[in-house]
Amino acid sequence: MNIFRSQLRQELTVMARNGEQLLLLVGIPVLLMVFFSQIDILPTQGLTAVAFLVPGILALAVMSTAMVSLGITTGFERSYGVLKRLGTTPLGTKRLVLAKVVATCIVESAQLALLVVVGIASGWRPVDTNWLAAVAAVVLGTTCFAGIGLTLAGRLRAEVNLAAQNGLYLVLLLLGGIIVPNDELPKGVKSLAEWLPSSALSELLRSAFNGYELIAKSIVVLLVWSVATCATATIYFRWSD
Amino acid sequence: MRTLKVMNASTEPNTVALSVRNLVVDYAEIHAVADISFDAEAGSVTAVIGPNGAGKTTAMEVCSGVRRATSGTVSVLGLDPQNNRLEMNSRIGVMLQDGGVYPSGRVGEVLEHYCNLFGNRERADDLLEAVDLGSKRKATWRKLSGGEKQRLSLALALAARPEVAFLDEPTSGVDIVGRDLIRGIVRNLADSGCAVILATHELDEAQRVADHVVMFQRGRLIANSSLKDLYGDNQAVTLRTSSKIDLAALAMHMNCRVDQNQTELRLYANSDANFISRLSNWFAENKFVLDDLRSGTPRLEDIYRELIDVSEQSKS
Repeated sequence: MNIFRSQLRQELTVMARNGEQLLLLVGIPVLLMVFFSQIDILPTQGLTAVAFLVPGILALAVMSTAMVSLGITTGFERSYGVLKRLGTTPLGTKRLVLAKVVATCIVESAQLALLVVVGIASGWRPVDTNWLAAVAAVVLGTTCFAGIGLTLAGRLRAEVNLAAQNGLYLVLLLLGGIIVPNDELPKGVKSLAEWLPSSALSELLRSAFNGYELIAKSIVVLLVWSVATCATATIYFRWSD
Repeated sequence: MRTLKVMNASTEPNTVALSVRNLVVDYAEIHAVADISFDAEAGSVTAVIGPNGAGKTTAMEVCSGVRRATSGTVSVLGLDPQNNRLEMNSRIGVMLQDGGVYPSGRVGEVLEHYCNLFGNRERADDLLEAVDLGSKRKATWRKLSGGEKQRLSLALALAARPEVAFLDEPTSGVDIVGRDLIRGIVRNLADSGCAVILATHELDEAQRVADHVVMFQRGRLIANSSLKDLYGDNQAVTLRTSSKIDLAALAMHMNCRVDQNQTELRLYANSDANFISRLSNWFAENKFVLDDLRSGTPRLEDIYRELIDVSEQSKS
């Protein structure tokens, strides 16, 4: 087997063996989607509960794979010396990063497909969907969240990184317009939340799936975050403790 | 169990495979490695020895490219570990101290992956047999014993079919059977033309496998020579006794220098049969107890102690 495919297989194997991440990648999004689409308590801005929820949950799924899962795994690889040892082989940084990117995309595709199916089963019927925008938003979101995840993973001790990624996940979930619209947040918090990448991604997906016009501000926010976080990850990443 | 056949047509024995010149590595406050120079030859085992914290691992990491030097040059097979990293990596095998395997990784899979990374020069099954882990193929890294982890880690380095092998403490935490196995592999590796650089704080280990010794003490070199030369001037006879010995009288009688540490007496002389018989006669005449008499090459540990003493004295 060639070097790249072998590394890709390793990446997928490690992810598959981290069973506890299944909860994060599938359990939490499915639970949130099914629960809040069945009880009508969310202020969903004129949409049905499920039409409001599914795009947000898809954004959450992107965040869980590209940021939390990738970030935690990479953090532990660094602390176990896996990255250091791979650094003594002909693998090379480019192939390693590419393998991680492809592995993340594969897991994300499966995850999003599953969530779309669960959404449709819960009564979701997307209208006038702009698929191109949806896919572009997911790609941009993946880049941005991977940048955040790897920035933390490249600097923090593995255990601290684990806590930080999970904590950040919760904050970006609550302030991301994913379950509760940002309009419902207190004024000061709202103006902060608007600039977060989770808000931008959920906003873009909601527009794409409901036939709304795309919001330029969200695109810019996500773009700036993507460039900034990938740059910090590249500059500050340390391969070993 | 099979022995590995390792062929390295490209490296001739006795050519310099690793060359370190004026290497300095500074951490925040300290010189981890301070101005070190040495060579390692193809076809021989070079032991880098010294106590914990002497700078062995740091030096090994710089040589294998995972750490940058503050100053000085390192050349591995004529390549710069930083600038020609991938080219160098395809020709070296590295065994780091911390294993570097994900805990959920299975023995067979991890080894196959490393064989793939090095273009399948070796077969994973052969390597597993060589390190006696054939029965652990499906076991995960976290379930392996300390010795098994070391043997797998060595196998990962062998997957490179290396021209230069950097092995950091390969037998630490390994039982006696495992040690013999690892030493055998190290010897075979060198005999096949590989330059093996082996860091260890266990001097007994170095004495058993090394051809050449590089001794570290607080980031500096206190010796850099073949094991044979190191022994050369250090022929000695050691013994234990519970009797109270007059060292001056013994030295005068035997006409050589006599030292005493907590447990042993040491006489520095060529220990031929005549010398031994005069010595034992003197003990018998004086009715002294004579125990654990050894002669010939000294233990590396003793040489090391002396060299440390000399280096500490010259400092103060």
